[in-house]
Amino acid sequence: MFILKLLVKNALRHRLRTLLTIMGITIALLSFGLLRTVVTAWYAGVNASSANRLVTRNSISLVFSLPVSYTERIKKVEGIKGISYASWFGGIYINEKNFFPNFAIEPSSYFDQYPEFVLPADQKKAFINDRKGCVAGRRLAERYGWKIGDNITLKGTIYPGNWEFVLRGIYEGADKSTDEGQFFFHWNYLNETLRKTVPRRADQAGVFIISVKNPQVAAETSLAVDALFKNSLAETLTETEKAFQLSFVSMTEAIVIAIQIVSFVVIFIIMAVVANTMAMTARERIGEYAIFKAMGFRSWHIAGIIFGESLCITMAGCILGSALTYPVAWKFGQVMERFFPIFHVDNNTLLLDLLFSLLIGIVAAVFPAWRAINIKIADGLRRIG
Amino acid sequence: MVPAFPCRRRNNFMSDPTPQPSIVSLRNVSKVYRRGMQSLVVLESISFDIVKGEFLALMGPSGSGKSTLLNLIAGIDTVDGGTISVDGIDIATLSESDLARWRSAHVGFIFQFYNLIPVLTAFENVELPLLLTSLSRKERKEHVETALLVVGLADRMEHYPSQLSGGQQQRVAIARAIVTDPTIIVADEPTGDLDRVSAQEILDLLDRLNADSGKTIIMVTHDPRAAEKAHVIRHLDKGELQDVHP
Ligand SMILES: Nc1ncnc2c1ncn2[C@@H]1O[C@H](COP(=O)(O)OP(=O)(O)OP(=O)(O)O)[C@@H](O)[C@H]1O
Ligand SMILES: [Mg+2]
Repeated sequence: MFILKLLVKNALRHRLRTLLTIMGITIALLSFGLLRTVVTAWYAGVNASSANRLVTRNSISLVFSLPVSYTERIKKVEGIKGISYASWFGGIYINEKNFFPNFAIEPSSYFDQYPEFVLPADQKKAFINDRKGCVAGRRLAERYGWKIGDNITLKGTIYPGNWEFVLRGIYEGADKSTDEGQFFFHWNYLNETLRKTVPRRADQAGVFIISVKNPQVAAETSLAVDALFKNSLAETLTETEKAFQLSFVSMTEAIVIAIQIVSFVVIFIIMAVVANTMAMTARERIGEYAIFKAMGFRSWHIAGIIFGESLCITMAGCILGSALTYPVAWKFGQVMERFFPIFHVDNNTLLLDLLFSLLIGIVAAVFPAWRAINIKIADGLRRIG
Repeated sequence: MVPAFPCRRRNNFMSDPTPQPSIVSLRNVSKVYRRGMQSLVVLESISFDIVKGEFLALMGPSGSGKSTLLNLIAGIDTVDGGTISVDGIDIATLSESDLARWRSAHVGFIFQFYNLIPVLTAFENVELPLLLTSLSRKERKEHVETALLVVGLADRMEHYPSQLSGGQQQRVAIARAIVTDPTIIVADEPTGDLDRVSAQEILDLLDRLNADSGKTIIMVTHDPRAAEKAHVIRHLDKGELQDVHP
């Protein structure tokens, strides 16, 4: 009790200095937490991908599509549980600012491949039965205040014209990492129109989504699928969903690495700042430590006082920083929703905050403690007066 | 502690025919500071005894080695030659940790600048050395209150050093020095930073502790008035001991 009181009182001796140091730690941990969350959000698609899913696309590029007739042939490949297909629609809701991913999908099979998109059975049925029906994620529906039965119009960019839909279902994510910001409608609705207007673009799908029975044989299955269409007009490239998602992210990998480096640099800088504070503090108190030692206190008592004070300061910063990370990340996520559909503070971030705070507190106290321990009592006493 | 001197006997102190038990004994003590190639002999072959209950004043010009000698006796500095034994223990042979333990039990420190911990109250400052003992919280409280009562600051226990005058702070420091009931009290210019009235109060207090409780006190001072209170005055000059003035 006595010691704890002494630590806190010592820490508060230079109120402003301590306050500024705590603030520094708070801001450093806050930045660290946010940057880490950005990195996690960047990989959200990768992390949410299932090991049971494969994605088949045109081997030349994602820009080129594949004939839907491939469905039946792929289905026959050994080890495949289910298959569906989808096309990136790229429609705009009212204006460009309202970006969200929207796809034309095969309605009866698509959700079977995505068990993490939880859609109530009656809504699913209503969606399948309505040629103009559409399904939106919960967050997306909330953002625009959509209710079941609402009419929604998207302006096509890849497929010109105004496309009208009726909201038939709102899916929820099975867990926090599921993107609740997507929008789906009938592939057929798109295709019928294309048949009439641009027949050469009809009967095509952007990607096939394949569920496999056993993720261990995913590689073999992928090869088997691609072998089917070898030397055909539209060769395929099949890869795991994770690899497929990574191919998007890898384009921006350098940025992500830069962000990661910065997040650690921030920690390093604050470590130097706190170390400086502690060094100043200990230098001022060398005489006091000499008195403690003269009275018979041991080196580890002195070290305890210095480490304790340092940890008091960093832990105060840790508590504030960690506590603030949540509301700030939430606000940040709201503002950046367009770019980061999934923006959640990882629980590991809290753990890292705690670890780094401990580390900063210890590192900052090492040198002052070493000095205080090694100074001769007589020399320390000479500094007073 | 039984007073070694039940009454004031300053005048016949040295002429007492029965030899007094010596509590501190220095034999050929020397101290040398080395800085690079140069070596500075601060103390050279000092030998003398301090008997139990003695009030010794160490005087001498600045730089003569008074503080150094006091630090050696108090076990916060180490000799380069000779031996110092306190209460039968040759302190030069103690390991650093044993020496620390020894100091906490046997030495009370009083410094020129009081050196109280500013964030602790008078009570807590006095309690500090007791934290190294096995005393319970309640026992510590009793000891602290007694010590503060002795120095006349029972009503200032909750005050912080900054709320006390210099003389009062030094009295708290004295309470801190005596609270563990040490074998010797060392005081390095305890009145050096005080005005005359406060200085007199401190000297009276030390005198009283010596007379009433028989505390052995070793005091470094420049002040002849302070030295007057002592039984024995020893003069140091250039690291050598001069004649004894009883
Ligand atoms: N750590 C040290 N390194 C080198 N020289 C030292 C050291 N400590 C003390 N000295 C020297 O030893 C000599 C004696 O110092 P000391 O402090 O004992 O003197 P003093 O008699 O107490 O003086 P004052 O009356 O001014 O307090 C001085 O010349 C001082 O410069
Ligand atoms: Mg001195």
